[in-house]
Amino acid sequence: MNDKKTLFINNIEVEYTDEKTVLEVIRNNGFDVPTFCHRPDLTQYGACRMCIIEQDGKWIQASCTMPPREGIRVETNSTKVRKIRKTILELLLANHKRECLTCEKSGNCELQKYATEYGITDIRFPKLEEKDYAVVDDSNPSLVRDSSKCILCGACVRACSEFQGHSVLGFANRGSNTVVQPMNGRCLSDVDCVYCGQCQAVCPTGAISIKSAIDKVWDVINDKTKKVVVQFAPAVRVALGEEFNLEAGENTIGKIYAAARRLGFDLIFDTNFSADLTIMEEGNEFVKRLTKGEKLPLFTSCCPAWVRYLETQHPDLLGHLSTCKSPQGMLSPVVKEFLPKYYEGYKKEDIVVVSVMPCTAKKYEATREQLKGETDLVLTTQEFARMIKTAGINFKNLKDEEANSPFGKYSGAATIFGASGGVAEAAVRSAYYIVTGEELTNIDFVEMRGVDATSRTKDAIVDIKGTKVKVRVVSTLKEAEKSIQELKAGKSDFHILEVMACPGGCVNGGGQPTSCLDATIKEKRAKGLYTEDKNLAIRKSHKNPDVLKLYEECLGSIGGEKAHHLLHTTYSDKFKGSYKDIK
Amino acid sequence: MEKVKLNIDIKKEQEKALEMMKQQGERILVCTSTGCSANGSLEIIEKFKELGANVGTLTKEVKMTAVPTGCIGFCAEGVLVVIPDKHLTYVRVKLTDVEEIFESLKNDTIVERLLYVDPAIKQSIKKSEDINFYAKQTRTALANCGHIDPESIDEAVAVGAYQALAKVIEENDQEAVIKEVEDSGLRGRGGGGFATGRKWRSVYKHRGGKSYVICNGDEGDPGAFMDRSLMEADPHKLLEGMAIAAYAVGSDEGYIYVRAEYPLAIKRLRLAIKAAEERNLLGKNIMGSDFSFHIHIKEGAGAFVCGESSALIASIEGERGMPRPKNIHMAECGLFKRPTLLNNVETFANVPLIILKGAKWFSAMGTEGSKGTKTFALTGEVNNTGLIEVPMNTTLRQIVFDLGGGIRNGKKFKAVQIGGPSGGCLTEEHLDMPMDYDQLTKVGAMVGSGGLVVMNEDTCIVEVARFFMNFTQHESCGKCTPCREGTKQMLSILERIVKGQGKMEDLDLLQELGEVIKTGSLCGLGKSAPNPVLSTLKYFKDEYIAHIKDKKCPAGVCSALKSFEIQEDLCKGCTKCARNCPVGAIEGTIKEPHKINQEKCIKCGACISNCPFKAIVTK
Repeated sequence: MNDKKTLFINNIEVEYTDEKTVLEVIRNNGFDVPTFCHRPDLTQYGACRMCIIEQDGKWIQASCTMPPREGIRVETNSTKVRKIRKTILELLLANHKRECLTCEKSGNCELQKYATEYGITDIRFPKLEEKDYAVVDDSNPSLVRDSSKCILCGACVRACSEFQGHSVLGFANRGSNTVVQPMNGRCLSDVDCVYCGQCQAVCPTGAISIKSAIDKVWDVINDKTKKVVVQFAPAVRVALGEEFNLEAGENTIGKIYAAARRLGFDLIFDTNFSADLTIMEEGNEFVKRLTKGEKLPLFTSCCPAWVRYLETQHPDLLGHLSTCKSPQGMLSPVVKEFLPKYYEGYKKEDIVVVSVMPCTAKKYEATREQLKGETDLVLTTQEFARMIKTAGINFKNLKDEEANSPFGKYSGAATIFGASGGVAEAAVRSAYYIVTGEELTNIDFVEMRGVDATSRTKDAIVDIKGTKVKVRVVSTLKEAEKSIQELKAGKSDFHILEVMACPGGCVNGGGQPTSCLDATIKEKRAKGLYTEDKNLAIRKSHKNPDVLKLYEECLGSIGGEKAHHLLHTTYSDKFKGSYKDIK
Repeated sequence: MEKVKLNIDIKKEQEKALEMMKQQGERILVCTSTGCSANGSLEIIEKFKELGANVGTLTKEVKMTAVPTGCIGFCAEGVLVVIPDKHLTYVRVKLTDVEEIFESLKNDTIVERLLYVDPAIKQSIKKSEDINFYAKQTRTALANCGHIDPESIDEAVAVGAYQALAKVIEENDQEAVIKEVEDSGLRGRGGGGFATGRKWRSVYKHRGGKSYVICNGDEGDPGAFMDRSLMEADPHKLLEGMAIAAYAVGSDEGYIYVRAEYPLAIKRLRLAIKAAEERNLLGKNIMGSDFSFHIHIKEGAGAFVCGESSALIASIEGERGMPRPKNIHMAECGLFKRPTLLNNVETFANVPLIILKGAKWFSAMGTEGSKGTKTFALTGEVNNTGLIEVPMNTTLRQIVFDLGGGIRNGKKFKAVQIGGPSGGCLTEEHLDMPMDYDQLTKVGAMVGSGGLVVMNEDTCIVEVARFFMNFTQHESCGKCTPCREGTKQMLSILERIVKGQGKMEDLDLLQELGEVIKTGSLCGLGKSAPNPVLSTLKYFKDEYIAHIKDKKCPAGVCSALKSFEIQEDLCKGCTKCARNCPVGAIEGTIKEPHKINQEKCIKCGACISNCPFKAIVTK
């Protein structure tokens, strides 16, 4: 596999080994060509034709779908290909809603970027008639679709089908009338979209963007009658720095706290604290089910896209879902309920909880019937970065600060929630203690780790004093569906099913800074989390002193009445019908 | 190779079938292809039956049978009724003619008035084989079309169906079959012209596991009906060709992808598959051998792009019909990710005869690089429109003027659009060029599936280019940018030009866009979409310039560029035109010549159709 072969790029001989496409060879050797539809984690598509190269001075080929061959001469920048690329850009722009200055994606838009790089100053083609099917769909809490900005690269369609196996988005019509839309042109809220936002994450333009809560957050910050607290999800800390030219995976949580204070938030908490709290409750719930042997496997409930998927597709399995709220969902009511106890002048009704999440589905979660009024506003990592930029805060040079007590401390087990496998690993670390009363010594469950495309289903067996607990860790709903089918067919015997809808987990969430061009970014972010876990003195949730204090001073017992009231939730059947029912 | 013993002697079956056909007495072949049945051929058959044919109530001497057949080919003259034993072809037959034909057959006379009259010599042609349209053809793939009842497997067997399949199974040598096809020089008849034998060999290389044979019957070119006619007229030939291919590459399952707009073809193929399976000529353990082959029909929903191989496969798999990148060859990873052989209808139909008559017989026809014959759908401004099959060295002149009988109404030949919307324009200078793959590609056209649209001097070439661009634009799948956006812009430029709003820079832009789309597109549809524009720009640039600079349409077609004028010497001042003009553009007093106000005129033509003196002309 690893024998080295060579080919020529722009007359320079380069080596290649197991690269599947010429595009990979080009990019691995310090060259580049533009792409819109190519996404390393999605299947090859070959539609935008921007990555064309000239082979052997004769043929024009799309490098993203062309396997490398020994000795070929590839020109990435010949007059011919440059001319074609320029024409393609002009064609796309002719048909594009060119209101770049007011576009959500401005500055982060690949079409804009290449138009600038290729010096498109004049578009020779007139804008043809408005598409009458061009719609702005902001019907849901998470995402906004504007089809007049769509360049039909098909990345969202592939993401929806290849990650989530769900195909909420598809193509309709033919020729220049082609459009991406949910079934029958419905809006996203009217179909079973889980709001994971992966379509947004892979979209090269502003056709799919995050529904912004920035203005509302500014409003509450500036409202003197409100006490605004903010919480940060685990995966945010290893991605936000990318927006400020820091390395992917660099843990900037100290700077994030500092930035939040400078933005005017009154108190800074950490969702990691409630991740530990989640483990206490969920670990307890799991051990109960395990001893009784009922409702197994236990499905994790941290991921709102997964929860919605079960509610809409498999309501018969809702009993398996842990009744624990997600860490976001736990911290907000705890803050509102108990903060007045610790901080003078805080009244429950004046407290506004803002959360910063790597996730667009969290915006939806906050609006769930069962959780209404708890988390008030949800920002994604992207939005929070924009607020820092708006406020003119020099993020890179900020000195690290600490979160506020009593909801700011966390264990290593909490921080790895941000990577696929982290929740299960954290749960096992504590479940062992709950069952046996003894502490695990080796707490690194490497078989549950890994966020690349080959690690979307991981199995591990944990021996809890003779009881073999089988853990299945899954990322993407497409993989989850396989486990569900196994389960329904009676072919599986795992005890815990951890599901994260985004490939690789929250580090690669739909609200994170764009990472779809480089498949290794999510691995770097995950590494950042596991490094923090390793370096923390406390690495098990049940050792978090502040969590223990919370039970002691406020909640009472684990799984007790108060805890049940504040930390657990219910689910509802949202099944609309299956395609199999369509006659 | 050890020979395989079959439990069916196909030659004996043929004898039996021939004996059965003899019992029919005089065979009256009535074309029931889509075109002729629209003209009433089904009623004609019923009438024959009503008069006593088919039922055997007549005396032995005058026993006759009306046989519904597939396309007999000479579509311009439909409904066609052929009496093969008497070498008679009756044309433009109507229901009211049936009695006369019936009587004449009884009395052994000829209905002179229904014979074909050659417009060149103005004489009626007595014998079928003397009709130029047929005399100049070489029918091999179409050999049985119009001669047999496509819904009867007996008639197919009587003309030799399944003999080639029996031969290959008996001889038990896959390599030899592939070799024979390779040696024949047969190239894909679907448009690309890829060497068929080579394609088969590359699929054969990946044998062992599950593999598929697909027949592409998604003929979508406007004006093309070769594959349709073949499927409607001789479905068993196609099935046999596919079965031979499946045998050669080691496949046991096949699909025929037919557009749903071909209901008759679908019906007849279904019947043929069922009949062949009942006779054990298809299906499980064919003729008692180890070889099994099942064929499914997949109805396409009428997207032109589904004729593109990878889009067709996506469509069979239940996905949206969009082409896929072809970095992995279909021979390795095609339908359901298995090795797949895909050929078009006519390609498969050529196979049985190649096996029976040999590669040498086949390669003796045609040119150096293009062997055998090719079917064409001859349409447009030519006298004899219809389905033809000629050796590949036949020139355009022979097709248009000998077979086609020249241009209708004595008009001048202008051009031929070959290969449908993906093809190009051929002009007078190409009349003596043989119609083979390489020659056509050289001049910017292509064989395509074989649609030949003949145009006369009254055809506006810019409008033709606009028409085809409109077609491809609507049929583009919308996947790749150059094709989706580029064809739209090309179309809008062409629309401007035919409206007289073109600019000279538009011609450069058309040329540039055309080249970008040609080189940059993902699939064959995009890569060939600009051909009609590029080839007409090459050969008829003057006409484009006339539209742009002089604001004139030389052929007088583009209505926006027409001007309506009243010829003073012919106008009697009857005022009828003025009364009928919807915008009041015609002025004048009674009994005086009228005038058209060009600024008001909307060029609707109401004045022309209302003028009793033919005094109004367009310029």
